[in-house]
Amino acid sequence: MSSTLGSSIGKKLLMSISGLFLILFLIVHLTVNSLLLVPDGGDLFNAGAHFMATNPAIRVIEPLLAIGFLVHIIYGVKLTLENRKARGPARYASGKKTTGVTWASQNMLVLGITVAAFLVLHIANFWVKMKLTGDPLLEHTTVDIAGVPTEVENAYALVNATFGYLWIVVVYVIGAVGLAIHLSHGFWSAFQTIGFSNLKWRKRLSVLGNIFAWIIGIGFSSIAVLQYLFYQPN
Amino acid sequence: METTINIKLKVWRQAGPKAKGRFETYELNNISTDSSFLEMLDILNEQLINEGKEPVAFDHDCREGICGMCSLYINGRPHGPDDDVTTCQLHMRKFKDGETITVEPWRSAGFPIIKDLIVDRTAFDKIIAAGGYISVSTGGVPDANAIPIPKEDADEAMDAASCIGCGACVAACKNGSAMLFVSAKVSQLALLPQGRVEAARRAKNMVAKMDELGFGNCTNTGACEVECPKGISLANIARLNREFLKAGIQD
Ligand code: HEM
Ligand code: SF4
Ligand code: FES
Repeated sequence: MSSTLGSSIGKKLLMSISGLFLILFLIVHLTVNSLLLVPDGGDLFNAGAHFMATNPAIRVIEPLLAIGFLVHIIYGVKLTLENRKARGPARYASGKKTTGVTWASQNMLVLGITVAAFLVLHIANFWVKMKLTGDPLLEHTTVDIAGVPTEVENAYALVNATFGYLWIVVVYVIGAVGLAIHLSHGFWSAFQTIGFSNLKWRKRLSVLGNIFAWIIGIGFSSIAVLQYLFYQPN
Repeated sequence: METTINIKLKVWRQAGPKAKGRFETYELNNISTDSSFLEMLDILNEQLINEGKEPVAFDHDCREGICGMCSLYINGRPHGPDDDVTTCQLHMRKFKDGETITVEPWRSAGFPIIKDLIVDRTAFDKIIAAGGYISVSTGGVPDANAIPIPKEDADEAMDAASCIGCGACVAACKNGSAMLFVSAKVSQLALLPQGRVEAARRAKNMVAKMDELGFGNCTNTGACEVECPKGISLANIARLNREFLKAGIQD
């Protein structure tokens, strides 16, 4: 098995599995975030965030997620460096005129780094404050969870205040668009890598992948933009 | 009626594997648009020999698109501007009068330059030697209906078998990956019952050899498929991944 994972296809398998795992995470994340747009002063979002923060399953998944990111980033860099070496230093003087190759497929590392840069800001904005340092904005508030009044952290207030800064919203949109382009190739590529593709599924997977990528990209950016435009307390 | 064109050629010249190469420019007049690209190079070489200069070294053999010997990266594409043809099948009518045509060797670390436009593609032979065959004699041509094979499988196996090992896939790949070639060679056998017997071992050994020879990791860009003169499909790469990962799980 170790020789399988150490091979070119094995390394790609790790990229693919970690990528698919990150995709699952994105789906959950976007679903919870969409509660930010419910115009109830953030109660539903706070209830959702409380559920995520106290759910034991999430405690297990959080370190897994960190490992997923690490594997994906380390192998992404490693594969790209190996590929540059395999390609060799000489370039074609007459350029590359091959048509029909997507820009995304040739720039996955650059797109990944865009996502990673955004991720650092994202973690500093929210995760560090919610889990480590705390923040005055997080002061407890009471929401109704299934009829039971429960005291929870006011995560909504923190998110809402963060999205009051235009520059942060701009960075979020850039990160989300970078992610969408990453996934416009990554989604189908991950299935191709694990061998789940053939003459028929190729087309289906790439159409599905593009739709999914832009739901994710537009979803995350529109939440940030709408929060900035319409949800700020005056 | 015969049309002729005048062209300028920018050709990569390199005396040997270690020598420093450079582009040389040559002018060629009255080239028939009916001639093939290699015939045009023959005319260039005749001209060079008459001038007492060293002719340009390039690979070729069958000149009918079946041996995989010809190569050449022409004006930004392996096998030149036409689709689904080898360089020997490329015609001069694809070029304009007065055009400058740039001719380069395949460039990839797995295919080092031997001289001028000739690169060393023995790496492909080594990958085939690692498992691209069936070990037992399958005898004479069997009765057509003796082993029923689904038509789709037979078609896909035949399509995969049309790979001529030219290396355009590697030349086009930003990762210097040989996956399209290896996947075609694995698929043509994996799809048929005679090839299934050794399928797991074949996939493992050929991939191991491919990695050992320094070819890159496939990131599914698909440039190979676009430039392959035989239209070998990326579906073969998915099949190779499947065969290889299955073989790994079986261990
Ligand atoms: C939520 C974030 C991310 C998701 C959902 C994601 C998803 C994916 C997926 C599904 C693939 C395709 C895998 C394959 O072809 O088998 C991929 C490829 C890739 N990712 Fe990410 N990715 C993310 C973040 C990142 C980051 C932060 C980097 C930073 C370096 C990165 C670098 C790469 C690279 C270089 C590839 C191409 C590797 C290859 O095809 O060999 N990704 N990603
Ligand atoms: S897969 Fe196509 S491009 Fe690659 S060696 Fe075979 S015929 Fe040539
Ligand atoms: S010379 Fe044989 S394929 Fe071109």
